[in-house]
Amino acid sequence: MSAEAAVAVVEHEVGTKKLFVGVWVWLLGLTAFEVFLAYLRLPSMIMLTILVGISLIKAALIVSYFMHLRFERLGLFLILVPAMVFCICMMLIMFFPDSVRLMNMRPH
Amino acid sequence: MREPELEGIVESPWSGGGSPFAINSKKLGMWLFIVSDSLTFSALLISYAYVRLANPDWPRPFEIWPAIAKSTAMTVILLSSSLTMVLGVAAAHKGEVKKAVRMLLWTIAFGLAFVLIHATEWYTLITKEGVTPWSNPWGVPLFGGTFFGLTGLHMLHVTIGAVYLGVIAWGFGKGKFNADHVEVSGLYWHFVDLVWMFIFPMVYLMSVAPRSGS
Repeated sequence: MSAEAAVAVVEHEVGTKKLFVGVWVWLLGLTAFEVFLAYLRLPSMIMLTILVGISLIKAALIVSYFMHLRFERLGLFLILVPAMVFCICMMLIMFFPDSVRLMNMRPH
Repeated sequence: MREPELEGIVESPWSGGGSPFAINSKKLGMWLFIVSDSLTFSALLISYAYVRLANPDWPRPFEIWPAIAKSTAMTVILLSSSLTMVLGVAAAHKGEVKKAVRMLLWTIAFGLAFVLIHATEWYTLITKEGVTPWSNPWGVPLFGGTFFGLTGLHMLHVTIGAVYLGVIAWGFGKGKFNADHVEVSGLYWHFVDLVWMFIFPMVYLMSVAPRSGS
């Protein structure tokens, strides 16, 4: 393997500075957008939906690029993420029916 | 990055099966810890959402200035610490020891700045506004319990992370640790950053005070 090819492999495996700064700028931009939404004071449910969506995008950016999961084997992703998502879904199964009931029980 | 002894056995998962994920055991261990820790934070966030929905008059005490401005600055600081961390890991893998240690020290500095700003915010809430984990002037004691529980556990993670990175920076500078140790500590640090990406919108941005007069 030539020296340039070896460098190219390293760059591929750990990412480049340009990539990391780009991800950082995206994360800052999404944060700024979230704060702007808070400034607008949208209704709670719309706000919650958008914020959770943006947070998931930010989490995906951090996990894929900063935590490098995108460059790992698919197998690692498959043992980690689906199990975690399943456990969180199990928590939410307890959460949703009760939370709707609680909202309907509120004094009007 | 692969450890030298993994070369050869990682070409096929079936030719020996020594390293099916082509990563070292430290990294797999940290990933498994991260998954379990993320479930701890999920449970706390979901229970916070639950008690919040159950309370029709959950307080929204955070004014744009200073609370939201402060927590936004904390978010920017934490995101920047993740950038210096990832650059430190890249430098460590290229064998640039001095640059890697410098980047780790920057990361620690950002982390400590985060804890410091957070501590001043706690101090104001506790002494000026009279919010404690069991009571507050807004009549929903659970507000303090969930707020201090969530942000306190996160602050504990940042503090432990700063100590962890300090040990790693010291050992890497001395040649005791290799680039894999730096990378694994980086995984932990990014995870702490990731958790804040959920706490910041759920705890702060969802509790922005209504405009006065409306």
